[in-house]
Amino acid sequence: MTDQPLVPDTKAAPSRLRRALDSDLFYAFRRSPVAMISSAVAVGLILMAVFAPFFAVTNPFDPASLNLMNGFTPPMEPNAFTGETFFMGTDDQGRDVYSTILYGMRISLFVGFSAVLFAVVLGIILGLLAGYYGGWADSFIMRAADVQLTFPAILVAMLIFGIAKGITPVEHRDQMAIWVLILAIGLSDWVQFARVVRGATLVEKNKDYVSAARLIGRGSSLIMIRHILPNILSPVLVIATISLALAIIAEATLSFLGVGAPPTQPSLGTLIRVGQGYLFSGEWWILFFPACTLLALALSVNLLGDWLRDALNPRLK
Amino acid sequence: MVSFILKRIVQSALVLLITGAIAFSMFSFVGDPIDNMLGQERTMEDVERLRAQLGLDQPVPVQYVKFLKEAAHGNFGVSYRQGREVSEIIMERAPATLELAAVSALLAVVFGISLGVFTAIRRHGFTANLIMSASLIGVSLPTFLIGILLIYLFSVELGWLPSFGRGEVVQIGNWSTGFLTESGRKALILPAITLGLYQMTLIMRLVRSEMLEVLRQDYIRFARARGLSDRVINFRHALKNTMVPVITIIGLQLGAIIAFAIITETVFQWPGLGLLFINAIQFVDIPVMAAYLMMISVMFVVINLVVDILYAMIDPRLRVSAK
Amino acid sequence: MKKTSTILAIAALMSSTAVVNAETLRWARAGDALTLDPHAQNEGPTHTVRHQMYEPLIIRDVTGAFVPTLATDWAPDPENPNVWVFNLREGVKFHDGADFTAEDVVFSFERAKQPNSDMKELINSIVEVRAVGDYQVELETNGPNPILPSNLTNLFMMDKGWSEANDTVNVQDFEGGEITYATTNVNGTGAYRLVSREPDVKTVMVRNEEYWGRDEFPLEVSEIIYTPIQNAATRVAALLSGEVNFLQDMPVQDLARVDSADGLMVKQAPQNRVIFFGMNQGADDLEADNVDGKNPLADVRVRKAMSMAINRDAIRQVVMRGQSQPAGMIAPPFVNGWTADMDGESSTDVEAAKAMMAEAGYGDGFSIRLDCPNDRYINDEAICQAAVGMLGQIGITVNLDAIPKAQHFPKITEGKTDFYMLGWGVPTYDSEYIFNFLVHGRESDIGTWNGTGFDNDDLDAKIESLASNTDLDARNADIASIWRVVQDEQLYIPIHHQVLNWGMSDNVGTEVDAEDQPRVKYFTMK
Repeated sequence: MTDQPLVPDTKAAPSRLRRALDSDLFYAFRRSPVAMISSAVAVGLILMAVFAPFFAVTNPFDPASLNLMNGFTPPMEPNAFTGETFFMGTDDQGRDVYSTILYGMRISLFVGFSAVLFAVVLGIILGLLAGYYGGWADSFIMRAADVQLTFPAILVAMLIFGIAKGITPVEHRDQMAIWVLILAIGLSDWVQFARVVRGATLVEKNKDYVSAARLIGRGSSLIMIRHILPNILSPVLVIATISLALAIIAEATLSFLGVGAPPTQPSLGTLIRVGQGYLFSGEWWILFFPACTLLALALSVNLLGDWLRDALNPRLK
Repeated sequence: MVSFILKRIVQSALVLLITGAIAFSMFSFVGDPIDNMLGQERTMEDVERLRAQLGLDQPVPVQYVKFLKEAAHGNFGVSYRQGREVSEIIMERAPATLELAAVSALLAVVFGISLGVFTAIRRHGFTANLIMSASLIGVSLPTFLIGILLIYLFSVELGWLPSFGRGEVVQIGNWSTGFLTESGRKALILPAITLGLYQMTLIMRLVRSEMLEVLRQDYIRFARARGLSDRVINFRHALKNTMVPVITIIGLQLGAIIAFAIITETVFQWPGLGLLFINAIQFVDIPVMAAYLMMISVMFVVINLVVDILYAMIDPRLRVSAK
Repeated sequence: MKKTSTILAIAALMSSTAVVNAETLRWARAGDALTLDPHAQNEGPTHTVRHQMYEPLIIRDVTGAFVPTLATDWAPDPENPNVWVFNLREGVKFHDGADFTAEDVVFSFERAKQPNSDMKELINSIVEVRAVGDYQVELETNGPNPILPSNLTNLFMMDKGWSEANDTVNVQDFEGGEITYATTNVNGTGAYRLVSREPDVKTVMVRNEEYWGRDEFPLEVSEIIYTPIQNAATRVAALLSGEVNFLQDMPVQDLARVDSADGLMVKQAPQNRVIFFGMNQGADDLEADNVDGKNPLADVRVRKAMSMAINRDAIRQVVMRGQSQPAGMIAPPFVNGWTADMDGESSTDVEAAKAMMAEAGYGDGFSIRLDCPNDRYINDEAICQAAVGMLGQIGITVNLDAIPKAQHFPKITEGKTDFYMLGWGVPTYDSEYIFNFLVHGRESDIGTWNGTGFDNDDLDAKIESLASNTDLDARNADIASIWRVVQDEQLYIPIHHQVLNWGMSDNVGTEVDAEDQPRVKYFTMK
């Protein structure tokens, strides 16, 4: 990575990547084993999920390829009927647990990233508007934020789920669940971004460089995007990282309450909901492996977020 | 000042109207209560009769206005499932949830603050880092799984604590309490831990970061330079100054605890409002769902309002910026 | 509750003086009774709780045979085929001490026929109930009704005087949210008295020391504490940790664990309930498929192919862990009209099924949505999921929509599903009950659960004639011929008959009842 060639135009500032690699952040990163290990785990898991078809043994989302008789095969033991052996065993439908986890993680991460992205975009836009313009825009947006805070995330999700179920055509129910989860989790999460962005914008907009930009006639949206936004990205990044972990857990929780991903296309959360039913019966692998994967994923992202917060907070140095 | 408070009250009422409308609009989409209520052997005449009787044949806005009018009188109608006044059921179930929430909040506050202070003071210590990491494990697993694992360990394998319910309760007036019997206190332990774990982590981390912030302020440095003992500095000065944001968060989290009780109560069959709500969803018990959601939003709005007004009284600057 | 504990203390005192043993049955299952009013709801768990405290004239034992309860014997009147004569048990007292007489029977039947009653459909053939002296009643029907006694096993007897004194002569208007004295109070003749009740939380009952059958039944349980526990894992944990000693609604995966646990055992019996899929063959075009302009389910070859794609043995072995019996017809084996031959008619043959699909012009398959409940039958969602895979093997792409029963059942009764799962129990033990609801064309008061769109006027006429056909042989022949049509048309895809499992501690002794109705008076406590 360090042998990245410099940008040919020497008059311009060093490339963004070069700047990043030279930055204090990267220096701190290389000094922190926690950060390095957790990011390795997170990146590893994310890659495995993204390229699930390459890593997986079977495609658990293709019901026609499943053999029910493979159900409940313990890890590393041949199935009593079919003689097939599975590295992490199989679940109640005869799906290979390892492959199902990879595909399930893909859904969990997709939901998590999309929800956070949605919350970040919504939060930044509304926060910038509120902070930059103030006045009634500010009152209106911040009051909306209060309304949002009035409803806890799980209730918001259940409400949206109920409404969406009523208005989406029946043929699209399968895909609907995922989008509803994204909408619900994202919608319950934008407020904190908006508040942080608004606060930072209030501080930044009175600084000299913004006044200067305004003086030379730059438009409001350009000022917000080019000048203010880059300066508030680090707190947003910190919150977004922690929100990602929260979103993945929230998806699992909603799945327990029956508003999660469908069982034919399970997310990690759905796998855990199904697996918890086999905790007492001795089929521990159906719960254990998905739960460990979720733990590893959420923990590494959380640790990374934690580290980022400390590293980006100059006062704690 | 008065106009600010008035404005806030009007806004809060508006918020309630909107949330109520959103909540209520959901109900026309979530299945049909009629089938549940009549069972397999019923005729179309039965269905039509019942539909008219319940007012379900009217348009949704009409049903909503009717609901609001009644709700203003504390009358949420009758539960389709239990055939009793919703307000009566809610009064009956509220103590279970409130006791659970109170104990969870207490656990979260006591352990959250003390562990937060500890990890801040010993910022680079091994134990402190261990606690910080361990606390992350607690929030990296879904609540329902933690509850079931606790049941497995403490009820099934060790047989120490009950796996469900409130144990024996004592009725004092309208309030049923589990605090006065041994089985009641025992039954509280696992659900309270399950419910409080997340808030505890939250408080602990907040206290830690606030504490670290305060500890590097000049006046603490001066105090240290004056030779005050660490104990006095840490507790008399630093902790006291971290408490304002912590108390705000605790206030707001109280509502979240009651909302998250839905999951804990489902896992532990805790006979409170959360379980009532989940049952209501399964049985499409519209009056109960509506009443629960209205109640939760009233609670949150009141908490927000009180916090806002308190701030306004303490900090006059906020009065200006709130315009 | 304080009130509870004082009453409990008194009750404990009473039982310790009156009887030698004081054994508590701590009983849990997934759901609670909806009301205690004997006639306000016709629903399984509600009847279960009532059966401990109220009694009908007759009940069924675990084998399905009639057992005299408040009636000692009954027979059709030899002179009038429209009349059944019931002789009543003498010396029976209600919990409040009042005598049980013919007057109470007349009152109870009249009450159960009221518009608010949920039991009225079962006795709508009765036109008059007459008391003949104190201990005999005559039930007159609007025509000969040979199977009337089958409809009376959940029809509970109340005390006329108590009902009048407490203003509960009218059945509680359950749907309208009415609450009456009988909703929360009980005065039955049964073996247990109500002590306290918090709906969905806890119901406590104590033994009725004045019970008429105290010398006939074991009556070894002195107190019943009934608690619903919804979450399956928590429910099993409660049994494993000893907090409850009797459990219904056992998850099948935990049977082995419970059975092998020290001091616990599992007992099982075939249940009176069959699980099957319904297909909408009546519509011209389906809403939930990808074939335009025609309905693949209208072709009997497609329906047969779908049935042949389902591997019932695999479902039994893996999903049900052996706790089911593969079915070939949609009648449980208890039912009059069931035959072993027809129940063995379903087979699995994927190749032949594919060939049939091709023959019907669907060699490339089609896609369709399957509607499935996720909280009603044993492993309902998992069965549907398995079916998705099996149908996939003959080219049918199935999208599964698994939802709570409260949202699933209206889809069937309102015709908003083209392919759905349903389970059916037959409390009357007669095929007529199945035909009336599932085979007869859909009309306002008959065929209400027939979501297949199948409507055959000749067959409907034959079904309607069953009710008053007193020639039992001819009636049975008709039943068999109706079943033949149902089978040949592949009206439904039968999956299996459920097997019931009750978990209990070793000291609890009971047999499993086919209708999932435990009657605690039969329980022994070692």
